[in-house]
Amino acid sequence: MVTAVFDRARRVPGSRERAGDLLFRLTISGVAGIILLAAGALAWQLARESASTWKSFGLAFLWTSTWDPVSDVFGVLPFLYGTAVSSLLALLIAVPLGVGAAIFLTELAPKRLADILMFAIELLAAVPSVILGLMGIFILVPGMRALGAPYGVGMLTAGLILAFMVLPYITTITREVLLTVPRPLKEAMYALGGTRWEVVRGVSLPYARSGIVGAVFLSLGRALGETMAVTMVIGNTPKISASLLAPGYSMAAVIANELAEAASDAHLSALVAIGLTLMVVTIVVNGAARLMLYRLGSRK
Amino acid sequence: MNDLVYARRKKVNALMFALTAVCATLASGTLLAILGYIAWKGGSSLSWSFLVNLPKPVGEHGGGIANAIVGSAKVVGLAGVLGIPVGVSAGVYLAEYGRGKYAFSVRYAADIMNGVPSIVVGLFAYALIVHPMKKFSALSGSVALAFIMVPIVLRNTEEFLRLVPGTIREAALALGVPRWKVTLFVILPTAGRGIMTGALLALARVAGETAPLIFTAFGNRFADNGWLNPIATLPHTIYTYAISPYEDWHNQAWAAALILMAFVLVVNVTARLWLRPRLT
Repeated sequence: MVTAVFDRARRVPGSRERAGDLLFRLTISGVAGIILLAAGALAWQLARESASTWKSFGLAFLWTSTWDPVSDVFGVLPFLYGTAVSSLLALLIAVPLGVGAAIFLTELAPKRLADILMFAIELLAAVPSVILGLMGIFILVPGMRALGAPYGVGMLTAGLILAFMVLPYITTITREVLLTVPRPLKEAMYALGGTRWEVVRGVSLPYARSGIVGAVFLSLGRALGETMAVTMVIGNTPKISASLLAPGYSMAAVIANELAEAASDAHLSALVAIGLTLMVVTIVVNGAARLMLYRLGSRK
Repeated sequence: MNDLVYARRKKVNALMFALTAVCATLASGTLLAILGYIAWKGGSSLSWSFLVNLPKPVGEHGGGIANAIVGSAKVVGLAGVLGIPVGVSAGVYLAEYGRGKYAFSVRYAADIMNGVPSIVVGLFAYALIVHPMKKFSALSGSVALAFIMVPIVLRNTEEFLRLVPGTIREAALALGVPRWKVTLFVILPTAGRGIMTGALLALARVAGETAPLIFTAFGNRFADNGWLNPIATLPHTIYTYAISPYEDWHNQAWAAALILMAFVLVVNVTARLWLRPRLT
């Protein structure tokens, strides 16, 4: 509707675009092109730098689990596993917590209180991840140890930290979606004698479902790529162990730890290959999130 | 019988809402806990000399983080200079001319950039600048941070421009003002406050980024030495100090975290207060 004004102005018969207008349009569309270039360059650079890894290991790089920079043998499985498990743990903790908080903030809390709590939750999203990692190292890790975890660092600790990082996304989006539930739908359920909770369960949550799923995917995308907080508490051990209390490693963490000291070109290339894999995975996950949220938008 | 069912339903209702209250308390209490703890831990090792002195050699007690504060300001500042104009222009383009295949692909590319993990952006800056120059540099760190800023600024600019009422455009156009002037001198100033706040928030966001700086800006224990040399930054200093074995460095990490957190907090709260009258 906004563009329509200009479009109509341009379509006046016999009128031509003024020189100034043409120049302006070309300039800013040119600047916008930088974004295309940058995105393209990103993909191309990562592909180029990791080419030798894909050539020598092929796709087996993705499912072998030896990571030995000394003899240049690389397999990404332990990192893939660590990233996946820690992110899923985070969602397992954060989704019920976030959805619960959002329900409280929309259905029960007075507006004043809801605004204040929401502000605090949104600010949580602004806390730099290195600070969460710092809290992790000096509070969560000793805490886990006190609770009987053998190392303190590990998958579960990383999952916990990640949960706090994605909690704001889940709460904010769920609350926004819950606020769009049409009143008549809820009132109909109340008229049938439903309790508040039954209205939430029977009307609001089903209505908000695709939005919540979108929020979950968005959070998953964040959690998969999160580096600092995870690097600081996951234990940085490239092993796949069944225990959630055992130290692990994640894709982002291994890049953060090893890239600056990568000894050989093969090692460097393998790390970039991990980065490329991580990028592809997050793009897919974010795409799924957008699809869910878009579907929601088109319903309104 | 009916009464029993009713009582049970009421109980479930109360229980579930009590649970959601617990969730909300936990979610919003976390921030307070974090802020309180940082203020307490950081406050006890913060002092004026910590802010204005350079780090002491490894193993020696004391020293400050002046270089990291200056470094962060420089790296983030250059990132802003590189990223904000691109983000704002592209946002204007998408909001005012954003139709057709080209605009669609720009929007799509920005969406993808927004979702790329920051560590991968760091890899990109490494491959683009550090690797060819064979040297860690402040410049490469700024480029990485700018890359992260662009989609944030763009999205924000586009959103605020779309809030500008069409009638303002029509009024200006009806007066015969050329389109580019309408955009630059009527529409942009109307949305100016929102756009600037968004840019500020993006700066605060990248000021806390560590991952893309580890192998670009790299860190440095000495005073800043130009754009083409490694440079210390606050988040990276917090990281290296936190994982070090020295008690003294741990304390310094908390003090540095306090400074970083205070900056991020001030920007976020100001932005919110500044925007509020606009939105309601």
